[in-house]
Amino acid sequence: MTNKKGPGPAFPAGANKPKDFKKTLFRLLGYLKPQRNMLIIIAVMAFMGTLFSVISPKLLGEATSSIFDSFMKGTSVDFAFLGKLLIWLLVLYTVSALFTFLQQYLMAGVSQRTIATMRKEVNEKLTRLPLRYFDKHPYGDLLSRAVNDIDNINNSLQQALIQIITSVITIIGIIVMMLFISPLLTLVVCVTIPLSAIVIRFVATRSQKYFISQQATLGQVNGHIEEIYGGHQIVKAYGYEEKALDTFDEINERLYETNWRAQFMSGLMMPMMMFIGNIGYVLVSIAGGILVLNGNIRIGDVQAFIQYSQQLNQPMVQAASIANMIQAALASAERVFAVLDEEEEASELPALVDPNQLHGSISFQNVSFGYDPENPIIRNLNLEVQEGQTIAIVGPTGAGKTTMINLLMRFYEINGGRLKLGGADFQDMSREQVRSRFAMVIQDTWLFNGTIRDNIAYGKEGATEEEVVQAARRAYADDFIRTLPDGYDTVLTEDASNISQGQRQLLTIARAITSDPLILILDEATSSVDTRTEMNIQKAMNEMMQGRTSFVIAHRLSTIKDADLILVMNQGEIIEQGTHMELLRQKGFYADLHNSQFSEGQDEAV
Amino acid sequence: MIELFKNLKPYRRSILLILVSLLAGILLELYLPTLTASIVDIGIVNNDMGFIFKTGGWMIVCSLLAGALTVAVTYLTSKVSVGFGRDLRRRLFGHVGSLSLQEFDRFGTASLITRTTNDIRQIQDVVNMILGMMTRAPIMLVGGIILAVSRDATLSLIFLASLPVLAGLIFLIMRTAIPIFRSLQKKTDRLNLLLRESLTGLRVIRAFNRVDYEKKRFDEANEDYRDTGIKVNRIIAVLFPVMMIVMNFTNVAIVWFGGIRVNEGAMQVGNMIAFLQYAMMILMSLIMLSMAFIMIPRAQASATRINEVLDLHSKIGDPEKGRFAGAAKGVVEFKDVTFRYAGAEKAAVESVSFVARPGETTAIIGSTGSGKTTLLQMIPRFYDADQGSIRIDGVDIREMSQKELRAKLGYVPQKAALFRGTIADNIRFGNGDIPPEQLEAAIATAQASQFVSSKEGGIEAEVSQAGSNLSGGQKQRLSIARALARKPEIYLFDDSFSALDYKTDARLRAALRQETGDATVIIVAQRVSTVVDADQIIVLDEGKIAGIGKHDELLAGNRIYQEIVASQQTEGETA
Repeated sequence: MTNKKGPGPAFPAGANKPKDFKKTLFRLLGYLKPQRNMLIIIAVMAFMGTLFSVISPKLLGEATSSIFDSFMKGTSVDFAFLGKLLIWLLVLYTVSALFTFLQQYLMAGVSQRTIATMRKEVNEKLTRLPLRYFDKHPYGDLLSRAVNDIDNINNSLQQALIQIITSVITIIGIIVMMLFISPLLTLVVCVTIPLSAIVIRFVATRSQKYFISQQATLGQVNGHIEEIYGGHQIVKAYGYEEKALDTFDEINERLYETNWRAQFMSGLMMPMMMFIGNIGYVLVSIAGGILVLNGNIRIGDVQAFIQYSQQLNQPMVQAASIANMIQAALASAERVFAVLDEEEEASELPALVDPNQLHGSISFQNVSFGYDPENPIIRNLNLEVQEGQTIAIVGPTGAGKTTMINLLMRFYEINGGRLKLGGADFQDMSREQVRSRFAMVIQDTWLFNGTIRDNIAYGKEGATEEEVVQAARRAYADDFIRTLPDGYDTVLTEDASNISQGQRQLLTIARAITSDPLILILDEATSSVDTRTEMNIQKAMNEMMQGRTSFVIAHRLSTIKDADLILVMNQGEIIEQGTHMELLRQKGFYADLHNSQFSEGQDEAV
Repeated sequence: MIELFKNLKPYRRSILLILVSLLAGILLELYLPTLTASIVDIGIVNNDMGFIFKTGGWMIVCSLLAGALTVAVTYLTSKVSVGFGRDLRRRLFGHVGSLSLQEFDRFGTASLITRTTNDIRQIQDVVNMILGMMTRAPIMLVGGIILAVSRDATLSLIFLASLPVLAGLIFLIMRTAIPIFRSLQKKTDRLNLLLRESLTGLRVIRAFNRVDYEKKRFDEANEDYRDTGIKVNRIIAVLFPVMMIVMNFTNVAIVWFGGIRVNEGAMQVGNMIAFLQYAMMILMSLIMLSMAFIMIPRAQASATRINEVLDLHSKIGDPEKGRFAGAAKGVVEFKDVTFRYAGAEKAAVESVSFVARPGETTAIIGSTGSGKTTLLQMIPRFYDADQGSIRIDGVDIREMSQKELRAKLGYVPQKAALFRGTIADNIRFGNGDIPPEQLEAAIATAQASQFVSSKEGGIEAEVSQAGSNLSGGQKQRLSIARALARKPEIYLFDDSFSALDYKTDARLRAALRQETGDATVIIVAQRVSTVVDADQIIVLDEGKIAGIGKHDELLAGNRIYQEIVASQQTEGETA
């Protein structure tokens, strides 16, 4: 579901005010530049269409006057004149409608294309932003910018742009026509304009206030719903249903209070404007009647005036909502531009080296790194890893084991020192070149909404059916895939909830196998995968590690003991390194860790 | 959707009032052109200034009244539609709370949230629109026609031509546009899905260098969306001009034929002017009606989604008269229990029988999909057995009320769920009688004292929504404390130590052993080290029990258990 706007709020929340109106407006207009010629054509059409529609009430009035005059004089109606007039009118109406159609038709293309360009830009921008950025910005916020805000801009472009043109022309055109017919009667109509302005202001400010508090309460209701649904099991197990409902009732009631007020206020606009329209209508009827009596104007002119005053009403209401729409659009544009202006990953040129020729050795030379460069958590790390070696990374939860992954995958750039792959400096290669030699199997088992086949093939562009099946076999995933009703064609849902966590993990292993990497990064943690599946995973991982340089976030004693080097991490830092025996002898953090984890089981087992 | 409108019943008085006010307001508005007509036909023709002022005065009174009535209608419709939304949201929320896990999972958390928030919103908007606009338009239409006919029946024949033409054209355009609107909605969803995926899969996408592939996928979807958007907007572009043409042509026809009628002396000019007004009102109401119809299909989809949930009733109910389990404390007995998920071919749990006794720890171990969690979740009756029975102290759990049953249990799920409130609120969790010392003790046993006291406010520290200000391990420990604080007869741990580091895990288990004392403890576990000292270990394989016994016994004679141990502890044993 997209987040369509609430109940026709002509007035979105006031928090939506752009900070720098002018700058954002010009930048937004910049997107329309490629379509400049088209926009000029559209503007001309809008001008013509409105012009013709402004003239017609006067002509229709002429017709009525002619009939009335004949009636008053007691002569027969001048049908020849009437007929000619009406034919002219038919032509005018048709032409006006045609212009209106063309202008709308063309505008549809302009706005959709502009928006598609912007959406594409945002999407590509996201691919160039460093991971650092995503750490600080929650997905929800980014999504809302990329979806809701762009949607917002789209709506305004589509409607506001044309409406500005037509409204302005209509208002000017009508006032000119009215002045032309009768300045006095025009004055009568104009009395209602300040009245409209007052009403619009009154309603707009008030409803804006209520909309703001409505949005806030709505957020609370949604938050509560998410929380309670998310914890459904616990809510049931602890008999919390009634309490949850009580809280819900309380917030829901508050939502009701702000919601109906906001709805009422914004709903007032139409009837109030209609009321003012009616007042104008009455005034014109009275004043017009008197003027006709005095012979100042003709009866048809009064009729034309009635139509004009009604037509005038609409653009007035529109102008109010357009102003709000533009404001909201600019606020949205500002948020989108903020993303577009974020600092990107430094662009780089691919090195001349062929990454496929590189050895799988890794060397850290005086590497320093910190998520916040002020607070380095890795200082002067020196590490030589030969091709085919296994490096175990151990440490308690939150010790910063993923930091190592982040550096190796070059999700983050190191702050100092050198990091080399096969003797070639990371900095001399492009990120893609570096990453093409790595594969990772991490706890975050991300799979996309697509078939199992496509998900496994994801590891290698253009992987063949055979490669996919082969990888699945080697990942011990083939068996379970075949028991699924659609086998390899089974479509995974968005969060892959139609297969189990363990199965998801097997698929990510298969995916890594397809990519046939030089260096492996594995996370052994199998929190929701258990023993027998884990055994399969273990076997698959072991096979994969054969002959490859591997960095393993290790949870198994066997892996750790066999590792060529163990990195012990705690609180973001590498605090010890060495082999199993060396570290045990040190009787440091590692020795402690080892004893607490394994001693108990050992005692019982033996 | 009609089904849902039954929820409007409590508001029937307000709705009646809305209809009456609408009717009165519209009649007044329709009366205005009649008065104009008399200004022309009587005032002007007879040169009667006094009449013009008098009639004008009446007109002002009428518009004031009409305005006041419309404000009243707006007030009432806001209250009714928003109230309706509130009631429906509450009903749905309460209903979802009553669903068993199996029913809940059929929709999924995300989908249920959307249904309770956005979908209700849609329906609420439509109710607002129906009450405000859609009732107004038909009344206006009928009233306008009646007045027009009463003014001049012959001239009204024009409507016989223009109304069907307008209705027909609107219908044609809508019929073309609505399916495209629907497909546009699907394409929007697709676009959002791709965006979401590219954000959640950020690391994987970059790791496998598939950025360009993702870009291509997005571009395709984006262009597809754009083209459909252009198409649908172009169709809609026809709508407005077409309506204008019909309206204006009708006006021209009225003047032409009105001229003829005036010439014949069958009609007065003022009436003709009034007639033009009626024509405008009638056609406008038809246009409004057609606009409203655009919104209906969207709401229809929402209504269907809401009804899907409301129509699903929990199969797990309370017995008429709950039996109360006797004095013995917490003997859990599975007797030949079989359970199969709806639509599943294989049973998730098959012919399982065992007894878990007070003061003992029963551990359940097995591979993914072997049915461990399902087995555990059958005890609080998240699922009911298809065959066999589960008894606590000899009483079938289906004969107890869910409330009583669950009060005996301390359940700790795999994924800790915390809620907005204080830490203390989260541990008490609806059980206000827990004394503070017991709270502290539970926190201490769960190895949470240290981090709790480091928080500002200690146990009164605020937990944000879904516990997002706590780490996974912290959440899990609080979730364990929650179970401990109740001092239940039976503890159910579903792999509840996975987010803890080894040291904490070991300390926690040692503390637990003392704390749980006489209670029955059932643990679903991953690590063999967690289960080695259990009093009995149940090895599950494909839903069936592959062995029950102590660690040593199973190690000696159970093949599956041996495999499990081998995968984890080869080194440990030879050492």
